[in-house]
Amino acid sequence: MSDAPLTDPTPTNWGNPAMQRRLRRRYSAERNFRLLGLAAILLSAGFLAFLLVSMMANGIRGFSQTELRLEVDFPRSSLFLDPAALRGFGADQALANADFERAIAEAAVARYGANGAALFSESGRLRVRDAVREDPSILNRNAVLWLPAATEIDIAAKSRGSLQAERLYRQLADAGRVRTGLNWSFLTGADSTDPTQVGIWGAFKGSLLTMIVTLLIAFPIGVLSAVYLEEYAPRNRWTDMIEVSVNNLAAVPSIIFGLLGLAVFLNSWHLPRSAPIVGGLTLALMTMPVIVIAGRNAIKSVPPSIRDAALGIGASRIQVVFHHVLPLALPGILTGTIIGMARALGETAPLLMIGMRAFISAPPGGFSDPATALPVQIFLWSDEVSRGFVEKTSAAIIVLLVFLLAMNGLAIYLRNKFERRW
Amino acid sequence: MTDTSLNEIAAHQHAAAAETPKMTARGVSVYYGDKKAIDDVSIDVDRENVTAFIGPSGCGKSTFLRTLNRMNDTIPSARVEGAIALDGEDIYASSMDVVQLRARVGMVFQKPNPFPKSIYENVAYGPRIHGLAANKTEMDQIVERSLKRAGLWEEVKDRLAESGTALSGGQQQRLCIARAIAVDPEVILMDEPCSALDPIATAKIEELIHELRGRYAIVIVTHNMQQAARVSQRTAFFHLGVLVEYGETSEIFTNPKATRTKDYITGRYG
Repeated sequence: MSDAPLTDPTPTNWGNPAMQRRLRRRYSAERNFRLLGLAAILLSAGFLAFLLVSMMANGIRGFSQTELRLEVDFPRSSLFLDPAALRGFGADQALANADFERAIAEAAVARYGANGAALFSESGRLRVRDAVREDPSILNRNAVLWLPAATEIDIAAKSRGSLQAERLYRQLADAGRVRTGLNWSFLTGADSTDPTQVGIWGAFKGSLLTMIVTLLIAFPIGVLSAVYLEEYAPRNRWTDMIEVSVNNLAAVPSIIFGLLGLAVFLNSWHLPRSAPIVGGLTLALMTMPVIVIAGRNAIKSVPPSIRDAALGIGASRIQVVFHHVLPLALPGILTGTIIGMARALGETAPLLMIGMRAFISAPPGGFSDPATALPVQIFLWSDEVSRGFVEKTSAAIIVLLVFLLAMNGLAIYLRNKFERRW
Repeated sequence: MTDTSLNEIAAHQHAAAAETPKMTARGVSVYYGDKKAIDDVSIDVDRENVTAFIGPSGCGKSTFLRTLNRMNDTIPSARVEGAIALDGEDIYASSMDVVQLRARVGMVFQKPNPFPKSIYENVAYGPRIHGLAANKTEMDQIVERSLKRAGLWEEVKDRLAESGTALSGGQQQRLCIARAIAVDPEVILMDEPCSALDPIATAKIEELIHELRGRYAIVIVTHNMQQAARVSQRTAFFHLGVLVEYGETSEIFTNPKATRTKDYITGRYG
């Protein structure tokens, strides 16, 4: 303190220019900050829109298929199939033995010339088989069928193909022999070497089974760990160490989990290779720490007064946890679970390590069948040489995103439902 | 023996029981880690009276209250020495079931803390976990009786399904009292039950305490001296973790023996 006597200060002049300047600066700082935030939001929305639009533009074609008209004169073809054989028990056997491919080739050569057979995709035989199974009477007449075009024609129809294919396509289109149909086999089939025959269902089902295993393992273990650590465990060096380990585990690169899965589940436990159960177990290891961390935070945020209230009327510890704490923490736990599951759904690296990158041409029948998963399938198709796979890759990405959206939607629905109860 | 003499004996026993304290504490000290929060407190809680604990903030009155139903057990570093008995039964004995103890010695907290469930569920929760109602009708009766005793029935009887947290602060606190009553306790501990309430809600709670007196032994912690004078028959003055003075409320407020009590009551500190 100085020795000078304290004088009464002059009254503050709120109108002086320095004060006004400060005020203006404050307002402009506020405005700038708001604009910055808006710009950040717009930028991320722009990236998202770009992703969606480009994926849609490429991928939507993957769901359609160019079809060519073909008249098959069954009575005169070399297809020796008796309509009578298609009734009763022997029907499947008869259909499996019939050489539809040859019948198509003959009809194509007859209609489109010597190279006609090359216009059609191999998958046409399945189309013909299904048509015959549905209505055996067409075997007695000259039937008109729309069959999937070969890859080159399909590419020429959808974008730019080779010069030859483009010319061919234009001729066919001008003759009114081309139409675009929904590619059902893409939604119901599995992987194939021919881009016109590939389907996403195999990978989708593989992902679905894998996610079910992941959820069934990671959710209960994660939630129970979180409850134990928050509500029961004493605070000491051991629990500190566990906490640090769990946090580190959540940050471990996913490929390491893949190696762990390979070493433990395949080499030690001898579980089947490439199976959803192994994929699910591996991804569960990866998802669990995320659920533990989110669960602990959610449990921590339940007010202590609720615990006091329940303890105060004689509830036991387990009753406090299951009647009061967990229901209140559930929305938070679900949010964390979904974040973990979404990450697991998009994970490729660990699945490569445990063999889920194999070429699987049939959808998996169960948890121990060989399967692949959506992100792995995308990775595999994006690596293919044939141009027909480009649009299939984008289409698979759309399927993956739809799966992800459905999962998130379910989580938000569940969260709101549980929040409303209180 | 005649009926009259039997009745006389029963009446005598009843009177004797009324005179024995409901709870007794002998030489109780409470530690939080190395820090001693309560030092050598001995006190009797009357069966049919309201006992008030007063004292400045941080004097240990809430800590001591929480030893009476072992709520301090939930704090890992807390340690209790000495003996506390409920009807002569040591509540810190290993044979004492803490879950049952807390049902017998109920508690109402400083901040109203109803469960985020319906009003009905708030009251029914205690009886349900202790299995006090055999069926829905009995449960309905318990809920109605408890809410009536807590003076809340008329206000909520048409909206029992609404959330307990939607009530006003004073109603929430009475709901918490109803919740404590529902498990049919012998003692009710109240930890500054009115500190978060406005004067009108406070008056209602105090009125309620008057009505509950006699049925339950009530211990109330308050730092509002007027409130202690209004609701209690016996008052204990705590200061710095020590029980300074304990006696009839009228005595403490009009003729305190210790200087510290006198200074506190006349507003020198606190």
